[in-house]
Amino acid sequence: MNKAVILVGGPSRATRFRPLSMNMPQPLFPVGGKPIIWHQVNALSKTPGLKEIILLGFFEEHVFQNFIDQCTDEFPRIVFRYLREYSVLGTAGGLFHFRDLILHGNTQNIFLLYTDICSSFPLEELLEKHIASQKMGTIMVTKVPRTEASRYGCVVSDKEGNTALHYVEKPQTYVSDLASTGVYIFTSKVFSYMAEIIDEKSKLRDSISSKGFDGESDLSIDYLRLEQDVLQKMAVDKELAIYKTKGFWRQIKSAASAVPANAEYLIQAQSQKQSFIATPTRRTSIQSIEPNQGPIIVGAVYIHPSAVIDNSAKIGPNVSIHAHVSVGAGARIKNSIVLDHTVVKDNSAILNAIVGWRGKIGRWSRVEGNPIDDASNNVEQVTSSGTKINSICILGQETTVNDEVFVRNSIVLPYKEISSDQHNEIIM
Amino acid sequence: MKALILVGGFGTRLRPLTLSIPKPLVEFANKPMILHQIEALVKVGVTDVVLAVNYKPEVMASVLKKYEEKFGITITFSVEEEPLGTAGPLALAAHILGKDNDPFFVLNADVTCDYPFKQMLEFHNAHGAEGTILATKVEEPSKYGVIVTEENSPKIKCFVEKPIEFVGNRINAGIYLFNPAILSRIQLRPTSIEKEIFPEMADDEQLYTFDLEGYWMDVGQPKDFIAGTCLYLSNLAKTQPELLTNPATSSFVNGGNVLVHPTAKIGSGCKIGPNVTIGPNVVIGDGVRLSKCVIMEDVVVKSFAFVRNSIVGWHSTVGSWSRLDGITVLGDDVHINDEIYVNGASVLPHKSISANVTEPRIVM
Repeated sequence: MNKAVILVGGPSRATRFRPLSMNMPQPLFPVGGKPIIWHQVNALSKTPGLKEIILLGFFEEHVFQNFIDQCTDEFPRIVFRYLREYSVLGTAGGLFHFRDLILHGNTQNIFLLYTDICSSFPLEELLEKHIASQKMGTIMVTKVPRTEASRYGCVVSDKEGNTALHYVEKPQTYVSDLASTGVYIFTSKVFSYMAEIIDEKSKLRDSISSKGFDGESDLSIDYLRLEQDVLQKMAVDKELAIYKTKGFWRQIKSAASAVPANAEYLIQAQSQKQSFIATPTRRTSIQSIEPNQGPIIVGAVYIHPSAVIDNSAKIGPNVSIHAHVSVGAGARIKNSIVLDHTVVKDNSAILNAIVGWRGKIGRWSRVEGNPIDDASNNVEQVTSSGTKINSICILGQETTVNDEVFVRNSIVLPYKEISSDQHNEIIM
Repeated sequence: MKALILVGGFGTRLRPLTLSIPKPLVEFANKPMILHQIEALVKVGVTDVVLAVNYKPEVMASVLKKYEEKFGITITFSVEEEPLGTAGPLALAAHILGKDNDPFFVLNADVTCDYPFKQMLEFHNAHGAEGTILATKVEEPSKYGVIVTEENSPKIKCFVEKPIEFVGNRINAGIYLFNPAILSRIQLRPTSIEKEIFPEMADDEQLYTFDLEGYWMDVGQPKDFIAGTCLYLSNLAKTQPELLTNPATSSFVNGGNVLVHPTAKIGSGCKIGPNVTIGPNVVIGDGVRLSKCVIMEDVVVKSFAFVRNSIVGWHSTVGSWSRLDGITVLGDDVHINDEIYVNGASVLPHKSISANVTEPRIVM
């Protein structure tokens, strides 16, 4: 019997996901038409022997209640549970704190996933590889460009590519181009292994105190970091197996990175012929509009059934349009996420952008960001004024863009009315 | 009567438009710039027009041939071997300008206004001196050469170049009326009429100024070409509103001052104006927004495009959901792909633009 833990973080963690995290916890933000963590849950549900999924984080209990209720309906054979961390114990410390609950019922393997990633999540293969390896843990890795390796946890593999020889978190110099994806699986033995590490750390702390060091120390008794404290040692002990994914993988750190993640999931859903993806229209010309034909759909597009789209609008590729959105005549939406209850008026264009809940996009207005380079996870750029802003244009909740106004490469915090053109600005 | 129009050189300031046709033939409010002046001159009885040019393009000769026939006038090219400044061309054309004793007009080709030739002529004949300078009033005289007159008189006392202290706000509008007697003051060599001839005439008490009522603009560069179009259309709305597109019958007109050529086609759901000119055979798609812009002949603006503060040159295409702004000038036969943003670009003829141009630059 297997269980899974998804590390959902907390409200103070997702500052990079502002301004979208101001209105919704990042794990519940929709990409590919579903909350970010739904994709993890969905992939986990397909692995054999999975009985329970635990969301572990610092949010208040009620935050995930709706999501858990919906998942319970959708995946009836799995038990869902939210566990709240009250003190900061580190990424592995929280896990260790709840070890009895996690192990309860004779748990054999524990999946561990971070929330802020988007992936094809080939978890069945990860499980197979893990069982075959007979190691304590297996880390899913992906190959990244050499120049970007320093932004990730890097894994040095043996020649066969089966076992980790070395793990290092965000190395300053080049160590390996195999990056940790934030997806792991461990056997139940991992908890006694953690207990040993905590024990050693407390001995070390005692010896430091006895030598006369005083004051604050981050070596709290149960504080345990997954990467530096556990994985690093596991690699040294030859107990960390490697599973290299060839599927897509991206981080969802900044709000802007939700757009390429949205695209990945929509393209995946389209290739799997999932029913919620809109059918691309054959006609490509906007001149041949016929009644009741629906808008022009290009590429992978998700449109919520309650959204109303004018026939002369052109949508896609890589667009999610959420509940109760209305899109007027001659509107163009491409590579964007348009959230619930937004009104997109006639002849406007939304390109490479996220429009927050209840947005109002005026006639002939234009909301446009820079498209993100496919090969890179790098979604940030430095503007001429020196501010680092995301290249995707992001409008926070209830942003009003007046008629004919252009908002380009900007981030707008919630409840603002934009009445003149904005380029490369953060609008407070 | 006679008139000399100072056309000058290649009109480089109005590129990329003037890479395709000579500046005098660039359509201002759907009519070649020079035709505005010729028509106004013909109205007051001018029969001899001299064009002072540095070069003589064939296309101009053939177009002007048509005007000669249409108006029953003679148009002569006076081609300078070397640039002669603003006064030298008068000496070069002295055999025409001085063939009788009637006064003659001199016009800078770049200037647009509601040419008050008739009133100027009456004024000129009344004061009897050698020259009359049309003057326009400006808000910031410190940027120009200012005309100083004698107290309570239109007689010019002197000129002050870029005055620091306020001495008046009348500036030279680049339009003059002279008696042939002026020709004896000018040699056939490069000479500035403003700096070398006028001060001498003022000293001799032979120069008067006549105030221009209404708009005035030097339209020699794109920014001013657009601004001048706005002024021209505003004036048309006051003087000959029947020439503009009627907002009562054309629902797409927004804010007035819209001039649409009868052969142009406008789609549904458009919002056009204020201050827009649309040339012959232009096709505007559905849901297009145009304001403060010039759309030249044979242009196609596809559905849901947005054009503001820009000039779209002949035979160009503007794609769906594209956005032109910030004094963008498209030369002849330029194609802007769908969904492209172009800000302040000058695009040379026959280019296709398939990526955003976010900052003003020249696209070669």
